[in-house]
Amino acid sequence: MSFEQIVFYFFSAILLLSALAVITVRNPVHAALFLVLAFFTTAALWLLLEAEFLAITLVLVYVGAVMVLFLFVVMMLDINTSTLKERLGSYLPVGGLVAVLAIAVMAAAVGRDHFGLEQYAAPERLAADASNTRMIGEQLYTVYLYPFELAAVILLVAIIAAIALTLRTRPGSRYQNIDKQVKVKRDERLRVVKMDSEERK
Amino acid sequence: MNFEMPNFALAMPEMFVLGMACLILLVDLFLNERSRVVTYLLSQATLVGAFILTLSLYTPVRELTFSGTFVLDPMASVLKMAVYAVVFVMFLYTRSYLQARQMFTGEFYTLALFGVLGMMVMISAHSFLTLYLGLELLSLSMYAMVALQRDNRVASEAAMKYFLLGAMASAMLLYGMSMLYGVTGSLDLGEISRAIDEGEIERMLLVFGLVFMLVGVAFKLGAVPFHMWVPDVYHGAPTAVTQFISTAPKIAAFALLIRLLVDGLGGLQSEWHDILVLLAILSISVGNIIAIAQTNIKRMLAYSGIAHAGFLILGVLSGTAEGYAAGMFYVIVYAVMGLAGFGMVLLMSRAGFEADSLEDYKGLNQRNPWFALMVLFIMFSMAGVPPFIGFWAKLAVLQAVVASGLIWLAVLAVIFSVIGAFYYLRVIKLMYFDAPADEARIEPGRELAAVFSGNALVILAMGLFPGALMAICIQAFAL
Amino acid sequence: MFDAIENWMQGFGWLPDGLITFSVIMLKIVLLLAPLMTAVAYLTYAERKVIGMMQVRLGPNRVGLFGYRIWGLGQPLADAVKLMFKEIIVPSGANKGLFLFAPVLAMAPALAAWAVVPFGSEMVIADVNASLLYVLALTSIGVYGIIIAGWASNSKYPFISAMRAAAQIVSYEIAMGFALVGVILAAGSLNLGQIVAGQEGGILSWYWLPLLPLFVIYFISGVAETNRAPFDVAEGESEIVAGFHVEYSGMPFAVFFLAEYANMILISLLAALMFLGGWLSPFQGVPVLGDTFLGQDSILWLFAKTSIFLFLYLWFRATFPRYRYDQIMRLGWKVFIPITIVWLLVVALMVLAGWL
Repeated sequence: MSFEQIVFYFFSAILLLSALAVITVRNPVHAALFLVLAFFTTAALWLLLEAEFLAITLVLVYVGAVMVLFLFVVMMLDINTSTLKERLGSYLPVGGLVAVLAIAVMAAAVGRDHFGLEQYAAPERLAADASNTRMIGEQLYTVYLYPFELAAVILLVAIIAAIALTLRTRPGSRYQNIDKQVKVKRDERLRVVKMDSEERK
Repeated sequence: MNFEMPNFALAMPEMFVLGMACLILLVDLFLNERSRVVTYLLSQATLVGAFILTLSLYTPVRELTFSGTFVLDPMASVLKMAVYAVVFVMFLYTRSYLQARQMFTGEFYTLALFGVLGMMVMISAHSFLTLYLGLELLSLSMYAMVALQRDNRVASEAAMKYFLLGAMASAMLLYGMSMLYGVTGSLDLGEISRAIDEGEIERMLLVFGLVFMLVGVAFKLGAVPFHMWVPDVYHGAPTAVTQFISTAPKIAAFALLIRLLVDGLGGLQSEWHDILVLLAILSISVGNIIAIAQTNIKRMLAYSGIAHAGFLILGVLSGTAEGYAAGMFYVIVYAVMGLAGFGMVLLMSRAGFEADSLEDYKGLNQRNPWFALMVLFIMFSMAGVPPFIGFWAKLAVLQAVVASGLIWLAVLAVIFSVIGAFYYLRVIKLMYFDAPADEARIEPGRELAAVFSGNALVILAMGLFPGALMAICIQAFAL
Repeated sequence: MFDAIENWMQGFGWLPDGLITFSVIMLKIVLLLAPLMTAVAYLTYAERKVIGMMQVRLGPNRVGLFGYRIWGLGQPLADAVKLMFKEIIVPSGANKGLFLFAPVLAMAPALAAWAVVPFGSEMVIADVNASLLYVLALTSIGVYGIIIAGWASNSKYPFISAMRAAAQIVSYEIAMGFALVGVILAAGSLNLGQIVAGQEGGILSWYWLPLLPLFVIYFISGVAETNRAPFDVAEGESEIVAGFHVEYSGMPFAVFFLAEYANMILISLLAALMFLGGWLSPFQGVPVLGDTFLGQDSILWLFAKTSIFLFLYLWFRATFPRYRYDQIMRLGWKVFIPITIVWLLVVALMVLAGWL
């Protein structure tokens, strides 16, 4: 086994185990942290594929920002896991059956016979000075320009939707208007009184 | 790297709608409550402008640009124009409803316009990537619109259900797409079609991807067995939003179906044919039968929509140009009827009263005979009674099915639509033969009354002269 | 130097190649970390001393070495020894595993980020293509240490602190990222070495001038990212005692401090690299001085420039009152992000016009 393979199996194993843990652990905070671990190991696997830009971006965006906010929310929730479990029993037979069927079909389709290295050769190594970032940039702004711009529009809609659904000004709430505070002139707040000194009595 | 400068002119309508939506977003910030009507007028102007642009770009040929991710063909032009028209009418309908419920805000209009943009992208997509992105753009706007009334518990619940199930369906669609990308090595629909025609790829893998994609599409269409969300969402959403999500997006979903199955996976026709037959039968039967048991008119219309989705699929599954044209005819007709159906609910409702129960329609004839007549038109058309347009739509689809040799399927569809006629006729019976439960006068604004009457009369007029629209649809698939 | 060591080890003949590479890398890491940790220790000393002077008092001046006072230079060593021998107390009801893991999570990214930081045109452990992005990614995950510490302590103040830190760091990361995008645009590279190389040619061609707004925003965001005054609402000793490390004692507590100061030095060093020309001499191209040793590129210039920023950190702390939480959010979202976006446009135009 080459060094690369050892690294691959090491990270794959952690990835699979942490992904499994995400859906099996009881504590939602632990689940979120396992998801972070899963993202991290995925980034490591992408590094193996010489996709360093994507790997670092995955860490930056998902681990550094998305999951932080996720944890933020999860920590504030008070989830009672026992009520969730009560209903599990009644769904288990049907759900389990569907899951087993789906896995069986997937195993038949997405197995080594069809997607093994014999059918799909491993990608060629890039030259040492090849820049993943540059290549992605060139593709994004030429061939994939239209989808790229669309993705941007989707994010814009997500922002609009999030703000429209959460921004509310409650009547009677009191807050400082910082713009007004900043614009205050000295003359509005301060009156300088000139008076002659008086003798002490 | 060989890169060809895209022909931006072909995407002018998309760019126009995007630019205007952003502009409206900004302009709305500086408007106060009284001048909010500017937002509304600008939105309508956007749709009119896009209509003119699309019309001027109409070509009888098929043009690809943006490295093959964007296609402009007659079908795309016609469907886009249908979307603009439907949304335009929807805006006309909903203005007074929104004003009465403090929902007359800039967000409603910008989100709707972004939804229109998503539909346009879907209709003009020639790659899995753009199809998916268009779909997400549309879905995201719709989820938000359903939840727009934040203090309404039913609406919030509907939005939540819609969002979760919709995300699930998107995931299925993506999984299927990734599978096909894996085996064909391309996201471009043309390339995929070529790779399949070469016949070197194992069929099983293709079908595996196909099934997952069909699950996603069936969900978006609201076809049985992926229909659970439809009644809850239609019922829970504010009626104005229901009117939006039940009409125009169906047109886009039809385009999605055609782009995926015909443009991309035409080589797998024998495989998707069987699946579509199953979806169609289930949708028509389940939709029509469950609709009978509904007492809420929005839920009834939701189940009727499910049954209509089944008919739409019937058109596509024949696999012929006539069949696709019939499907297209059906979906446009359905959008027009859907507008009128929910328009009727908007018409009857007033602030604090949603008029979404069947009881509310009792004795409508005594309260306002003109409106009762209009509702009669709509119900007859939906039930497929000649000479209304709904009849011609069903006829065209059934002809296509018979032509493809599936006579038993056509017979089954007819039987179920006869069963379905029951609940449409029940509304008419309530209107004409029952005593009114509510004596309050129906006082819709003049604009709303005019739009509603116009819409119902259009249903009659199109029924008397169905040839023009049918010719357009046939021409769209004449390539 | 490292080539010589490598050759020397290969001279033995029986050592496997992998081991040789590994030991050379380890050596480099040790050579980086040992001075870094010393710098961290003496930064705490400098902080107390500088703030002391600013407040007209002496600061630490008792602990000396070998019986000599020498202005209290032994203080950091004494502090370290004290913290090492203190008991590690785990509060009851705390999540023990995560409680002890949190300091590690704070420390690891703070140190790992140094792997790609160059100290000279050849002096860098890993010369990565996307090194700037790597640094940004690693500094962004340092917040996990704080969040987990706050949550695992099972205590109110730490929890409030964790929530504050999470929101604050995510907010300022955006402004910081945009500021860095400006640098990337100007330099045309994500590699820190090449970014410094792009500033060649004297004090006026360093990026601080064309990117002035980004420079200021970067450093202020850096202060916010490291949770230092006046953005230290996560610690806020006057309102939530000490924030996320209220419940920590002994070495875990010290590790949080090490991470914070290592991050401060990192931010300062990066500011020097990206905006003040790194190891380039300010006298480059100046007629007389530029020909002397002062005109040479040197690691000492880098350290001098870094010290300026470190001093600013301390100066801020002595000068400014703490921001209120909503003011922090406003500054980040409504002031910094718009400015950076506008200036990005300006930078892009400057690059197009060929001025950069």
